[in-house]
Amino acid sequence: MAGKGGVGKTTVTAVIARAASRAGQRVLVVELDGKPALAELVPDLEVLPISAPEALDEYLRDNGFARIAKRLNRTGVIDMVGTAAPGIDDIVVLGKIKQLERSGQYDLIVVDGPAAGHAITFLTSAAGLADSVRSGPVRAQADDVLELLHDPQRCQVVLVTLAETTPVNEVIETAFALEDQVGVQLGPVVVNGVDDGIDLPDESATVALVAGLEPEVAEALVDAAAFRRSRRQMEAQELARLDEQLPIPQIVLPAKLVAGLTPDDIDDLAAVLAVHEDGPT
Amino acid sequence: MSAPAADDLIDASSVIVCCGSGGVGKTTTAAVLGLEAARRGRRAVVVTIDPARRLADALGLVDGLASEPQRIELDDSTGELWAMMLDTAATFDGIVRANAENDEQVDRILNNAFYRNIAGALSGTQEYMAAETLHALHADDRFDLVVVDTPPSRNALDFLDAPGVLSRFLDHRLFKLLMLPARSGLKVIGTATQPILRAVGRVVGSDVLADSVAFFQAFAGMETGFRERADDVIALIRAPETSFVVVASARHDTIAEAVWFVDQLVEQGIEVTAAIVNRAHPAFGEGSADDALHASVDAAAAGEAGLAALWRNVADLRTLRERELAVIGPLAKVAGEERVVVLPLLDRDVHDLDGLRTIAAHLFDHPIVER
Repeated sequence: MAGKGGVGKTTVTAVIARAASRAGQRVLVVELDGKPALAELVPDLEVLPISAPEALDEYLRDNGFARIAKRLNRTGVIDMVGTAAPGIDDIVVLGKIKQLERSGQYDLIVVDGPAAGHAITFLTSAAGLADSVRSGPVRAQADDVLELLHDPQRCQVVLVTLAETTPVNEVIETAFALEDQVGVQLGPVVVNGVDDGIDLPDESATVALVAGLEPEVAEALVDAAAFRRSRRQMEAQELARLDEQLPIPQIVLPAKLVAGLTPDDIDDLAAVLAVHEDGPT
Repeated sequence: MSAPAADDLIDASSVIVCCGSGGVGKTTTAAVLGLEAARRGRRAVVVTIDPARRLADALGLVDGLASEPQRIELDDSTGELWAMMLDTAATFDGIVRANAENDEQVDRILNNAFYRNIAGALSGTQEYMAAETLHALHADDRFDLVVVDTPPSRNALDFLDAPGVLSRFLDHRLFKLLMLPARSGLKVIGTATQPILRAVGRVVGSDVLADSVAFFQAFAGMETGFRERADDVIALIRAPETSFVVVASARHDTIAEAVWFVDQLVEQGIEVTAAIVNRAHPAFGEGSADDALHASVDAAAAGEAGLAALWRNVADLRTLRERELAVIGPLAKVAGEERVVVLPLLDRDVHDLDGLRTIAAHLFDHPIVER
């Protein structure tokens, strides 16, 4: 899952995991940001936090470098190793995910990607390392990760956005950058928080309907309807523009009347997603 | 809503630092503060770390933001508004140039592959360079107010701590180890045979290792200058004329992050001047969501479907506002009720100067001028 801050990437991660679990799949949710929120949204699913230093340590131990791992840890050099070869922390995290995928324990692993804007660096780390590190265990790891990223049967990136101007601009840029620089298969783009609520009378009908009401009440009704129509119009325009400029399937998740989602909301949204799944994706 | 807190912020600060998690409107808030300062006759510069075109678009800069301050043309201001984007690598290069003993040392460092990696990727470098740029702009006579938005970090202290990152890096045991041969005149190859370095070399490859050893040797003699500069930057961040603004959106998770930021700042003895909550649904008329829902049910019962829909709409929007105001509670508690400013979600996306002006009008409680 990839998307800028504030678009609801964590929410959509939870929704997709929930929908897959409902469909009978064995699901693992991977969380890279140290956000406790994700586990709270899917209380009964397996959520695994992965941190780079732990993943590097584990990788070295598993690959016959136990003595080196111990020494690197003792001297605090582990962060220096990350500095010497940037991307090494990303690569061990991706490597760990690849290992989980290869274990055959899960039908689907949903990864709540790294924080705002780092999705591209995160996913290009393997290609970058393969260029700069010509041998050693890290190189082998980078090669395995590249193979995973380039195989559309095994790995897809799902982009998340809102139906607003700036998030749509950013998701289009990210999509093309991912295809060009990473060569990874894009899944559908998920548009989060779109208003699909009640039908509203149009502007002139509204004015006619409030005639005869107290002026303050009439004003509140007219202003509220105008506000919502305007937001909806913007959302419709942005959805159309996204469709035109990014020709991949869209999944639209409806807005909820809340200031923070609960596991029940995630269940509802997963049901919406299940309806989508019946169509072509 | 508290306009005095916002007024005080603009009038009494020479540096404003905006912190908050990603996607809450930090960059927009920084631009709004700069715009208002210019309107009040100050010479403000806004520094953003956001590489997206967001701010450039909002400010009407067709070619995007440069890494040098650019003046924004404003026809309604007695002051000036400038904007620039943080260029982490170029800023780092500048510090190397300022501290190096000669051109040869500059070249050796800037051309080193390991240095290029640190300049772009050492964790904390971006925060450090944001602090460094803040310091340079503060000392620049062209400006009397610097507004900076911080990188979207989980940890507010990353920014406060940033100048210390390099000091700690230089104090690192590995660094000292690498400096030894430079002093005793041994060659790189001698260094690389030390057990710990052999271990690192086996993990990352010997080329990477050779680059890093060469970097540390080229860096010799510059540590003191770097440390002194870091101390100056830390002093500015903690100076009384530097204000901190915590930015959030009206949602449970970003408010929780904002509370965490305020707590961390307070722990460091830093007071938050204002807490700005973006994108709360506006109030429509008097009364609660329940009142509107009852009115909707009554209208439907009377066979007035259109009116029922209009009331139902008001009920929806009031429900959202009530829930949003409820989640803000904990932030008001830690930051102080009078310091919290709630800004409305607009009926359109904020992507131009007029959008910024509308937000400024709400923040500073002056009439909205449609232009």
